[in-house]
This record gives sequence, C-alpha cells and structure tokens, in this order.
Amino acid sequence: MTTTLPPPIKESGQREVFCGLTSIVWLHRRMPDAFFLVVGSRTCAHLIQSAAGVMIFAEPRFGTAILGERDLAGLADANDELDRLVAQLLARRPEIRTLFLVGSCPSEVIKLDLAKAAERLGAQHRGRVTVLNYSGSGIETTFTQGEDGALQALVPLMGAPETGTGASTGGGSGTGRAAEQLLIAGTLADAVEDRLVNLFARLGLDNVATLPPRRSTQLPRVGPGTKLLLAQPYLSGTARALIDRGAELIRAPYPLGVQGSRAWMAAAAAAFGIDPALVSAVLDPLVERGQRAMAPHRETLAGKRLFLMPDSQLEIPLARFLSQDCGMELVEVGTPYLDRQLMAAELEQLPPGTQLSEGQHVEKQLERVMAQRPDLVVCGLGLANPLEAQGIATKWSIELVFSPIHGIDQAADLAELFARPLRRRGALTFT
Amino acid sequence: MELTLWTYEGPPHVGALRIADSMEGVHYVLHAPQGDTYADLLFTMIERQQRRPPVSYTTFQARDLGGDTAELVKRTIAEAVERFRPEALLVGESCTAELIQDQPGALAAGMDLGGIPMVNLELPAYSKKENWGAAETFYQLVRTLLKPQLPPPGTPKADPSRWRAEGRRPRVNLLGASRLGFRCRDDVREITGLLASHGVDVAVVAPLGARPADLMGIPTADANVCLYPEVAGPLCSWLERSFGMATVKTVPIGVGATVTFLQELHRTLGLELPAGLIPGDDGRCDSERHSQLPWYSRSVDSTYLTGKRVFIFGDASHAIAAARIASRELGFQVVGLGTYSRELAREVRAAAAELGLEALISDDYLAVEAAMAEAAPELVLGTQMERHSAKRLGVPCAVISAPLHVQDVPARYSPVMGFEGANVLFDSWVHPLMMGLEEHLIGMFRHDFEFVDGHRSHLGEGAPSAGSSGASGSSGVSLAEPPSTGAPATAGELCWSSEGEAELAKIPFFVRPKVRRNTEAFARERGIGAITDEVLYEAKAHYSR
Ligand code: SF4
Ligand code: SF4
Repeated sequence: MTTTLPPPIKESGQREVFCGLTSIVWLHRRMPDAFFLVVGSRTCAHLIQSAAGVMIFAEPRFGTAILGERDLAGLADANDELDRLVAQLLARRPEIRTLFLVGSCPSEVIKLDLAKAAERLGAQHRGRVTVLNYSGSGIETTFTQGEDGALQALVPLMGAPETGTGASTGGGSGTGRAAEQLLIAGTLADAVEDRLVNLFARLGLDNVATLPPRRSTQLPRVGPGTKLLLAQPYLSGTARALIDRGAELIRAPYPLGVQGSRAWMAAAAAAFGIDPALVSAVLDPLVERGQRAMAPHRETLAGKRLFLMPDSQLEIPLARFLSQDCGMELVEVGTPYLDRQLMAAELEQLPPGTQLSEGQHVEKQLERVMAQRPDLVVCGLGLANPLEAQGIATKWSIELVFSPIHGIDQAADLAELFARPLRRRGALTFT
Repeated sequence: MELTLWTYEGPPHVGALRIADSMEGVHYVLHAPQGDTYADLLFTMIERQQRRPPVSYTTFQARDLGGDTAELVKRTIAEAVERFRPEALLVGESCTAELIQDQPGALAAGMDLGGIPMVNLELPAYSKKENWGAAETFYQLVRTLLKPQLPPPGTPKADPSRWRAEGRRPRVNLLGASRLGFRCRDDVREITGLLASHGVDVAVVAPLGARPADLMGIPTADANVCLYPEVAGPLCSWLERSFGMATVKTVPIGVGATVTFLQELHRTLGLELPAGLIPGDDGRCDSERHSQLPWYSRSVDSTYLTGKRVFIFGDASHAIAAARIASRELGFQVVGLGTYSRELAREVRAAAAELGLEALISDDYLAVEAAMAEAAPELVLGTQMERHSAKRLGVPCAVISAPLHVQDVPARYSPVMGFEGANVLFDSWVHPLMMGLEEHLIGMFRHDFEFVDGHRSHLGEGAPSAGSSGASGSSGVSLAEPPSTGAPATAGELCWSSEGEAELAKIPFFVRPKVRRNTEAFARERGIGAITDEVLYEAKAHYSR
C-alpha cells in the first residue's frame, strides 16, 4: 500500500530534537490538578524553562528535583531526599491530585527506580494523591513521546466499562455487550475538543471520552466495546496499552486539515456503523466552509516546496495536509522515528515518491536543505534563525503543539501558520 | 536534592557554550543526550544569532549505553574537526555523560587532531552552574593557549607603565564580555570609546568576537580590565599570578563607578590624571558632565524620585552597581539587595552592609519574591524572573541583569556601562516609575468628563483607559473585557445563546472583544437574531477569508 514511497533515508548522527520532558509544557495545562516532578539535573530544569519560553506562572505545576553530588553518592539517600521533597511539595500545593514522577537521563543512568518510588510515595500519601511515574529522558524519548509515557502511566488506573447498560451509542448493533464508547487519545486544546465532541454528538455518537482527561482523577473507562481514535500520532505505547485492555484501534489519518479531519471523523462514524449519509449531511457543509476559509492560504502555499526536519512526530500528518489540502510540494519529510502502523493511513495519502527520512544527522540534513533550497522548512527553534539568515523561510514546530490546530474548523488557522512566514517574507522590503 | 521551579542559571556546560559561541574559530564537542540540544535556541532565539552555536553533541541514546559510547565520542570529535576545522577545540560533557564516565577529554587527548589546541573541560554538573562554567572555560582556554608563553617562575612582574619606555600608547584587554551576558555587545563599544578618549588602546576583547590567536596576544597588554567578574574573574587573577599583569577591577556602571574606573585605570597604567578626573572643591569631577544622568537627577522634575523604595536582585556585578547608582545617583532608598551569584556573595554582602541591609544570597526565585513582597518596594531592578514577580505584585520593574529574554537584546545601541550607559539606566529605570505615576493619575481623574471617552496615553494599548475598566492594577495590562460595543440601537435584537457564549468564552481574552464584534456584525448583516456556536464558526470562517 505504501509501495509508491521510496525507502526512507535512515540516518544516525547528531539529533537536534528536544527530549520527552518537553511535553510537560502542555500536559500540565491540560490537567490542572496534576503536578509533574522531574527527577533530574539542572539541565532538565533549564530545558523545560527554555522550551516554555516565558516564565509567566508564579508557581508552575511542574518542577525539577535536582540531583546533587550527595544524592549521587548513595541511592538510599536519593530516595529519602525524594520523599522529603515530595512531602514538602504536597504540603505547599494541597490542590494536587496526581503527581507524576518523571524520569530523566541522570535518574535513569544512576538507575533510580522511580516506579518503586511512586509506589512508596503513593502509599505514604494514599487517599490524598495518586503517584505515577514515566520516563521523559532524552536517552529514551523524543519531544512528544513524553506525552505517550504520561498517558501510558494513566492506563492502568482506567476502570473497565460497565457492561450491558444498553445506554450505548446511536447506530450501534450490539446489545448486552459492553457499552460502546469512542475514546479519543492525545491532548487537544480544550476548545477544539469541545467542538469535536459536539460534532460527534451530531453524528449520533454521544458516548465520547478523552484521554488525558481535564481532571486527572476523572479517567475514562476502557475495555471491550471501546473504540480508540488517536488525535495525535505519537502515542504508540498508549495505543498498545489500550489495545491490551480490549480497545479496538480505528484506522484513520490524523485530524489535521479539512480532508484529514473529515476522514478521521468518518472513520470513527464507520466504526460505529453510522449511516454515511448522516456523516455527509453533518460534515460536508463544514468541509465546504473550511475549504473556503483555507482558500487564500492555499493560494500562498500551492506549489511551494516544503522540507520538514524531524522534531515533533507530527511531520508526516502535516506533510500530508500541506500537500493534500494546500498543494505544497514535499522535498523531504523527516520524522524522529517511523511507526508504520500508526502512520499507515497517512503514508498512503502522501504523493508518490515522497522522500521520508528517519532519525537524523543534522549536519547532513542541513546540507540537503541548502542544496534543495526549499521555500519553507519546518524545524525546531535552534535551527530557525540560522536558516532564515540563509534566506529560507521557517516555521517552528513547537508552535504546532501549543496551538489549536485539529479539526475541520481549524484547518484554515493551521494553513495560516505556514502561509504567514511566506507572506511575511513577501511583505518586507528595505529598498 | 533540591526542588527547582525556575532557575537563574543553566548547567555549567551552558556557560562553556557561551564562551564558544562568543568566539570565532572555537568548536565545542559535548557528550550529551539529544534533549540537551535545546541550548542552541538560547543563542539563536534570545540573541537572534544568525548561525548555530559552534557545538557538536554526541546525542547518545539508551541503546548506545550498552555498546561503545566512547567510540561515539571519538567519531563526533573526528567529524567535528573535519567539518568545522576549528582553531581550538573544547571537549566536555553534560550532566548525564558525567555519570557514564567516558572522559571525552581524555579520549580527545589520545586522538590525532592535527595539532589543534584542545581543552579538556571538566565542569562538575551536580555542584556548579552556568557562570562558573563560563569562567572556568574561559580560564582553561586561555591557559591552554598561553602555556608556551608562561614566564619562568621568579620572573619580575610586568610593569604596567612600560608603554612609556616602549614609546607607545598604553593598551589594555577587555575581558569577560560574552553572549547571553547583559548588554555586552554595546558595553564593549562604549568602553572602547571611553578608553580611546583617554589615550588608551584596546589590545584584546575576549571572549566576545575573539579568535584563539587573539587570545595569545593577551600578555602584550599593559593591564586587564575585568569588565564582567562573573566570567573573567578567575582568568584575571591567574594572569595576575602567572604573568604579573595588573587588573582594573572597578566595573564602570553608573557615573560614579565610571569615574572611579577611569581613575583606577590611570593609576594602574601610571597615566597622569586629567583635570576632569580630579574632584573639585565640591567633590564633583568635571567628567561626570559626559553623562546626562547627574543633571537629570538634579533637575526639579526628578524630585519625585526622592526616597523611592527600590529592591535590587541580579548577578553580583550588576546588583552591586545598581545599588550604588540607586542610592547615590538617583536618591532612591534601597530596601533590598541580593544576588544568585554565590561565587561573588562576599562582595554583595559588603555592598549591602554599606546600605545597612543584609544581602539575600539565593537561587530560589520564590525566596526572592517573598523578600521582594516583604520589602514593599516601589520599583524593582532585577532579572526577567523578578520582572514576573514584580508584575504579580503590581510593582514596576526594570531588568538590569542576566538571565535575559529576547527583549533584553535591543536593536538600538544601549550599553549600561560608561557615561552613555548611565543615560540608558536613567531612562530605563525612571520610565517604569513614570508609567506607574501616570496610571495613578489616570485612575484619579477617570471620573472627569474629559476622560470618559477613554483616554489614550502614550503608553498605548498597555495602559488601562478610563473607558474600559479601572479594575486593573499597575501592571499596565487590563485583563478585564470591555463591554460589547455593538451598535447600541439594535443591540437588543441580537442575543447570544448559551452555547454561543460558552464558545466565545474559550477564545483568548485579548481577541475576544474583536471576535464578539465581528460575530455580531456578521449576524446583523444576515438578520440572524440568536448567535449560536455555529454562527460564531460561520463568522470566523467568513472573516478569515
Ligand atoms: S536530554 Fe536528558 S539530561 Fe537533557 S534535559 Fe532531557 S532528560 Fe534532562
Ligand atoms: S500623553 Fe497622556 S499619559 Fe502621556 S504624559 Fe501626556 S497626558 Fe500623560
């Protein structure tokens, strides 16, 4: 099915990618009753601070337990210290209901067992706060993979569905089976999520749950009868864990752009046996309107050449959107790692011949950028200005994980994010 | 183990990176995992650098740990040397690599680097921080490069006035200016000009803009000017010990300190003091007239500055300088003084004691914020962190020190050192106070009829206008949403459904009024009476065309 694509360029060398700790920056906003405590070094603290960009929160719901020389001397010490710090933190922040201990490279290299620590701390503070752990370390995870880790940590806490309530979704065929529900996994902006849930309701799908939830304690249920729809493409581990719990993965592209979002919703509707005529009746006017709104941006973007550096793992769906909806030409589509199962519906919609690359050797990749001279490069913050200085327009990938970009109604906004750097270049003159 | 929410300084290897990025022809090979590459954005985003910092990261992964990470280090070094052909190579590790003990410096020492000088940087990541790392790197680099020139022990000290015998102008080195330091680019230009006007040349400026070969010229100068003690302190003392080079230590920030600096410079170099630097009967030096600050401060308009309570926190040199200027040159009352630079805590304590205060030495910004609240200042002089704290407390603030943000790297020439620097400081400290005062006046007069229509001050959108809401504090940003300004006559016919309102509420506050206006105009045009969420989306699509 993806035979039209040449084999990806596989590279190893310097990777210019954030580590999984970065995803704390959006996860803590999604779950305001959770705290993310990185067990790491000053580097980890500095990374999150630099990635967050501004320090606007007086007391952010994340922090770093910085290991010192004394902690490195003996492990028993480090555990006692962690207990002390957590007790102190919880006393100061009584509103916290879930505490994530987030592993880092240093904590992993010294083999500090955060799973055990979470268990111990969970027992110490039982009834008051749930303590979980996952790894956001740079030796194990890139950028958005941190969210995959955090969600996986939540899965074991999700209850099983109540069976045979009958109060299931419209159009479902089963009776007496586990209640059917649609489970959307992956952080979405709250407003976008409301909109999508609302649209699903119009399709007759009332039983829609989301992971992560807005309150860390109100976890959705999962089990047979749960159909899993991924809103983000970087949730390989979470998807596996949910499938192990009996959920069934809906094969779909990701809800970026008009066509992708429509296909995403339609795939969910089909999984519940909803009449395609109803799907068309609800979605087609939105599609038509979305395309109208997108038209001016398409004009800016069509025919322009795009290069995506590997970074957020959103590269493949974005490339699909920018070629399919916006008519851009794909020069190279980088991805930190390629999960063919989760990307299947995306890969088959990439134009034949699209060159993928997996992994990174940043120097060689930049040489290709300079040789190809694309009109727009999607890249991390470290590379943007140096490329702009070479006369190449860029779009920072980190903005894409902070902005409401999912769904048909947001397609024009998403397109605008890419059109703006090009329009801006056109608007500037100093002569 | 220590809980940190925000940090003033990065890890020590970021300090090393600052030295590498400040210079030309230096490359840094850093044994570190992929996430550590975030450091690049400090330079490309905050400093808007047009090139990537000269660093190669090994970006080792967990699966490399079982295998041969040492091999990876060697490969990275070889590739970096081949690709970048540096004139000097720094080799080091970040916190994680320190734990796996590959000793990249030792590995590099065993390689054939084609004769490039190599510095093995051992920066303890679990006990030291960024400024220490910068100072240590600068010192180690210069020491490595100057090794061949080391005078044998017992050599008499170099005479700082030897320029006279050699029949040339005196010359000094300007040391410590670095990337991500506060206003270094402009300070160097200002001080270079100041020295030139006193007949003193600059031999080497470093690390900013220097090549390794330039560093080898350091001993050709008659003395060193330690512009930024945080970065150049250890190097200057080593040059004093090993090369017998004198150090000019006064940091020339503020009018008084600039005059003191010039006096120290003349004394050190054996230059005769010009008349302008000799205090007159009233204790004033004529030189101070090179800055507007003394007159501006004496002018009647500044009377209201008298006794303003000011809280100061920053790196040691900028905090100490700020305290001197605030208390002596602007007539403020310093109600708090502190630093996060533990290495220079002693100096800050002494400066605080002179003002009858106890210095706050801390890198916990919450402790700083608490001290700030306790001191009840009318103005805060601090870092970006104190700017946020001050905003929360509703106190005006000017940034005086690193850590910095993109707005602390202005496009215009704005040094803080020398006489022009004093002008810049006057403007940037007094301005926020004026804004506070104006807002106060606007608040006072907002019931006068002239104000009813919404007074727009020169502060533009930032100032709360009387027409919108008087509720905001002195933070300068009105968060309250003005009432809908739909056409008054027909407003009654339009109504927002609860879903419509709910949808609207999700839109960020600063664009909400505009979206509301547009949606209502859209609905009115089409004769729609009830604005549902659907109408809002229709309008959104309509206006995005
Ligand atoms: S890569 Fe590792 S050491 Fe670096 S910030 Fe990320 S978790 Fe911390
Ligand atoms: S423009 Fe307005 S706010 Fe500014 S000084 Fe004049 S009266 Fe005051």
